[in-house]
Amino acid sequence: MSHSPSTSTTTDAVAADRVARPSRVAPQRRRHSLTTRRQHRAAYLFILPFFVIFLTMLVVPLVYAGYLSLFESRLIGGEQFAGLANYARAFADPSFWGGLGRVALFLVIQVPIMLGLALFFALALDTGRARGSRSIRLLIFMPYAVPAVIATLMWGYLYGPDFGPLAQVARGVGWGTPDFLSPGNILGSMMNIVTWEFIGYNMIIMYAALRAIPAELYEAAEIEGAGQFRIAWSIKIPSIRPAILLTVIFSVIGSFQLFNEPSLLNAIAPDAITNSFTPNYYAYNLAFINRELNYAAAIAFLLGLVIAVVSYVVQLGEQRREQRERKGL
Amino acid sequence: MRKSRSTAASLVGGTVVLGLVLTGCTGGSDGGGGGTQDEITQEQIDEAMQTPTQLTFWTWVPDIELEVAMFEEAYPEIDVTVENVGQGLAHYQKLRSALEAGEGAPDVAQVEYQYIPSFVLSESLLDLAPYGADDISGDYVEWAWNQVSPGDEVWGIPQDVGPMGNLYREDILAAAGITEPPATWEEYATAAQAVKDATGSYISNVGATQAGQMIGFFWQAGVKPFGYDGAETVTIDVNSDEAKQVADYWTELIQADLISTDVDFNDEWYQALANGKYAGWLTAAWGPVFLQGTAEGTSGLWRAAPLPQWSEGENVSGNWGGSSDAVLATSENPIAAYMLAQFINHDEASAMSLATEQFLFPPQVSVLEDPAFVDQKSEFYGGQEVNALFAEISETVDTDFEWLPFMDYVYSSYEETMGTVIADKGDISDALDAWQDQLVSYAESQGFTVE
Repeated sequence: MSHSPSTSTTTDAVAADRVARPSRVAPQRRRHSLTTRRQHRAAYLFILPFFVIFLTMLVVPLVYAGYLSLFESRLIGGEQFAGLANYARAFADPSFWGGLGRVALFLVIQVPIMLGLALFFALALDTGRARGSRSIRLLIFMPYAVPAVIATLMWGYLYGPDFGPLAQVARGVGWGTPDFLSPGNILGSMMNIVTWEFIGYNMIIMYAALRAIPAELYEAAEIEGAGQFRIAWSIKIPSIRPAILLTVIFSVIGSFQLFNEPSLLNAIAPDAITNSFTPNYYAYNLAFINRELNYAAAIAFLLGLVIAVVSYVVQLGEQRREQRERKGL
Repeated sequence: MRKSRSTAASLVGGTVVLGLVLTGCTGGSDGGGGGTQDEITQEQIDEAMQTPTQLTFWTWVPDIELEVAMFEEAYPEIDVTVENVGQGLAHYQKLRSALEAGEGAPDVAQVEYQYIPSFVLSESLLDLAPYGADDISGDYVEWAWNQVSPGDEVWGIPQDVGPMGNLYREDILAAAGITEPPATWEEYATAAQAVKDATGSYISNVGATQAGQMIGFFWQAGVKPFGYDGAETVTIDVNSDEAKQVADYWTELIQADLISTDVDFNDEWYQALANGKYAGWLTAAWGPVFLQGTAEGTSGLWRAAPLPQWSEGENVSGNWGGSSDAVLATSENPIAAYMLAQFINHDEASAMSLATEQFLFPPQVSVLEDPAFVDQKSEFYGGQEVNALFAEISETVDTDFEWLPFMDYVYSSYEETMGTVIADKGDISDALDAWQDQLVSYAESQGFTVE
């Protein structure tokens, strides 16, 4: 009995509260939604330039290329709808697969070497023990500042079999004349150019990530008696895994798009570089030499698909690994 | 009118619009026999040349502004913008893209002889015969005129040509006991052996991927590898018996290591010309001046001679390179454009200037006979009258030689099939078969009838 008044007061209070709450909350919510709306508007405004360029420079050409790839045009007879015939042709085209195989080989050999060296340099610089680390950092990064075209021309000269300095030194030492531009060696020579060029770029990404690791972690490890290698292996590398993944994805995309190197080295080693040396170079030659624009569009589309799939697989693999490790812990 | 169509280009897709523009602009070219288009009268020309007009001219000839200025002086109302969009392939790619887009193509463009058929095929060139171009045909060496005018139509005005000869190092050949330039290919092979034995030099280099040079050799040997009827039928015969004879000759020399097969026109090759790795260069009439710039240090040591002959007493040559100036069918000022192309390459002062200032080897008979050009003595060639020699050679070039309407592909396919084999010192005859196969299957896939 004594309960009932108190119960009723509580109920009343609750009821009162229920009635009161809307009036108390409403203006707040209105104010809140106003700011969010304003924030949203600002956000859209900020990403608008990106979307304009994304649409005009990427989506529209992509759609146009997709549209083109559905046609077939001949020098005699003009253009007609071909459906997926160009894609069927690409699937049966040994030149396309050959080029794809070549960039895949490039990917599995060159990328680990390049990223391994980049990681090594980043870790070495991060210990702060190297003297003049600033100038070393700049030196390693410098090749990236050289445009790819210039770099390739420069290496083309260095590779020259008669008057290139590398060949001259090799002859001087008595090793004979190495032929960097032969059909068998040209891919390796390209790997060297790309590695030289991009170690610095990848190193900077990793180095920046390393600098963001809180120093307390190292102190703790040092107290526990861990050496530099142990710290690098157990703390630094796991901490910058997202940055490493980023460089891997960039490298995957870059490898599949290999174009500058074959197209420029073709001037000095045309017998070693076929017109389908890489898929990108193949698409270019199809469009501008063979004048098979439609087929080139289909090749480009397929290449884009392959890149998307491989990048996704790489990312997925990494995510799975993380999940496994988290469970393991 | 074309503007509104070209906006549609981006929506509908290039080729369709190209078709529209062309049917709109070229009246007579589909007739094939000429004559369907009315002759342009002198009055019309005078009127056009007195109307203020803007022309665009795409060419990669250095300093051509010199000759353009002469034109502008003669016709003050016409204003010409010269644009260099790149040399060779890059130039044609941009030209085709502009034509396909239906916007941005120049009025006049430099077109090498071998690329004319591909632009005729796409109906991109203006027939200049009704404008009076057929009246000047006699002013040019016959084979050069045939290059721009295989039938009744005239597709361009010849600018320069490349009749082939033999440039050689007199000192290196002398060191091998050779005092006269080899007159036959047989003598040339013997000389190659002597030069290699005595000096270690190669008597010449045959660029592994240099289709132009090899086709020049074919031309000299009377091989007719290509043919095009101007419509849908092409003739492809790169592996004929005559062609294989030429191929076997080079295979033998290359396999005996008497001829090098370095890729040409790059730093290594320039160096090799300058330092005696090659004792000679089988090249075209534009070669002497080019070499002068490339191998300055060897001035006075070089001599020029005709190509060795296949049989004694014969005197024939082939051609490597050369350009014309063509008017595009899309030009809105066809008369002024024709007058520009014609003036630069036909006006006496302008043609002479091209030959003596820019060192383009002239196709005009008047320049080839002018003492001011012919009697020039060249110090680089030990005081020899090189122009006179090539002027003579120019008359020995076989008059009939045709091209396919897809030479970009022909050259690229040459690189794939012939280039790799020549670089590997393989059998060039076999490579000719492979080349033939690629060309035939490409032509068929593009809808041509192959004969």
